[in-house]
Amino acid sequence: MMDMNLDWTAIQAVVWTLIKIMALVVPLMLGVAYLTYAERKIIGWMQVRIGPNRVGFQGLLQPIADAVKLLMKEIIIPSGANKGLFILGPILVIAPALAAWAVIPFTDTLVLANINAGLLYVMAITSMGVYGVIVAGWASNSKYAFLGAMRSAAQIVSYEIAMGFALVGVLMAAQSLNLIDIVQGQSGGVHQWYIWPLFPLFMVYLIAGVAETNRAPFDVAEGESEIVAGFHVEYSGMAFAVFFLAEYANMILVAALCTLMFLGGWLSPVTFLPDGIVWWLAKTGFVLFLFLWFRATFPRYRYDQIMRLGWKVFIPITIVWIVVVGAMMQTPYGYLFH
Amino acid sequence: MTYTTAIFYFFAAILVFAGLRVITARNPVHAALFLVLAFFTAAGLWMLLEAEFLAITLVLVYVGAVMVLFLFVVMMLDINLDKLREGFWDYLPLAGFVSVLLVIEMVLILGSRHFGLDVMGAPAPHPADYSNTKELGRLLYTDYVYAFELAAVILLVAIVAAIALTLRRRKDSKYIDPAEQVKVKRNDRLRIVKMPAVKMQATQKPQAGEGEA
Repeated sequence: MMDMNLDWTAIQAVVWTLIKIMALVVPLMLGVAYLTYAERKIIGWMQVRIGPNRVGFQGLLQPIADAVKLLMKEIIIPSGANKGLFILGPILVIAPALAAWAVIPFTDTLVLANINAGLLYVMAITSMGVYGVIVAGWASNSKYAFLGAMRSAAQIVSYEIAMGFALVGVLMAAQSLNLIDIVQGQSGGVHQWYIWPLFPLFMVYLIAGVAETNRAPFDVAEGESEIVAGFHVEYSGMAFAVFFLAEYANMILVAALCTLMFLGGWLSPVTFLPDGIVWWLAKTGFVLFLFLWFRATFPRYRYDQIMRLGWKVFIPITIVWIVVVGAMMQTPYGYLFH
Repeated sequence: MTYTTAIFYFFAAILVFAGLRVITARNPVHAALFLVLAFFTAAGLWMLLEAEFLAITLVLVYVGAVMVLFLFVVMMLDINLDKLREGFWDYLPLAGFVSVLLVIEMVLILGSRHFGLDVMGAPAPHPADYSNTKELGRLLYTDYVYAFELAAVILLVAIVAAIALTLRRRKDSKYIDPAEQVKVKRNDRLRIVKMPAVKMQATQKPQAGEGEA
């Protein structure tokens, strides 16, 4: 055991990786903070209100004030709660939401871990997120939290299938699981993006992404009007804030994946403009805007309608389109599906 | 001890601990969560074997779907473990005998005499761009295509059978056909009645109590 000689290059690599992780997580957290601000402002404007405008210029410091407020609050653990699991819940929610970002490329060189099964990795890691919700709901020992956890679990498991099938279409078109290869398969201008040949899958992925992140109109897991706030009703202070952070980090993740797989990632829509991270940010921002727009527009789905949409509409659509793509790839028109 | 060996022992220790806790935890929800940990750690071990597709699929299928449903059921059941464990000491001799037999059988087959490094040899490490997924896909759809398709058909039969066995038409179901719902027009449900606007006379005093309503 003692022959483990100190390998300085290995230690250097570990420190360097940690620095890179920080360089990813800090902007992500800032993005989350300002996404909440954008949400309140945009929905405010859509509803002819002003939105936050008190803290800082035009309310720009509002998310900072919210974070400080939540940090100062006491974390109350209910007496009937299962203490260990109650604390584990938020951790199990935030960890996958951040870990999935490891393989997300921002440009063809700017990526933390360029692994060849990147798409599979993202799917596997995001499928872990549901445990946090279930564990939090169960450990709270409250009927509202438990009902929220039940709804969330059933919903996430249902929509994950449709989401997975939508991704199968993408990897058929790109013939790769590597996210950088998937984006590079879409090079050559806006007409080469996978959104056109895979349009049904794009729609399914976008809507399933909204459902997967428990956002309106699929937010029955929270359902303020009937089950108070769902699985996180018993959480206060920073423990609640962690759920909040995870939800928004997941939103940005789904938007980023949408951008990478269907909208050409960092590629420029026209060939005479250079590619770059600006396009990535613009496209992801647009998809995030859609999320907020949905929330301001649609009333909440009823629970049985959500289940019907997932199982009886989305899954058949994705299966049919996978067969269509597979069949078309064997014909002379295969080039349309790359 | 190399880095990967250290990782292997770390994961193996967690796996054994999680496996033990699955059968010793008093709370069924804890037991199910330890099973999740065991799957996840096993996936880590497979990753060390360069089987990244199998490792990620293990997490995706067993952790992400199967165990979620399992936990779902376990959380809703009211299981009294003390009652389940009542006959523990009665069954112990027989169970012990069976497990000792199992261990002996496994040692006979899986011992280092048959699977040691001098017999099997370490597999050659693959370069970073080697895709385990592509290799597996090629094998499944060429050499083993019949076995693969057969397994798929058997699974399909199992799905259909499970649904057919549990499906019952309830008479008190309040199911509404969504297609019918969408077809409803405003005029089917709503009648707008034209009424002339009525203005209260300014001189007329409101009756007592009307203002507070």
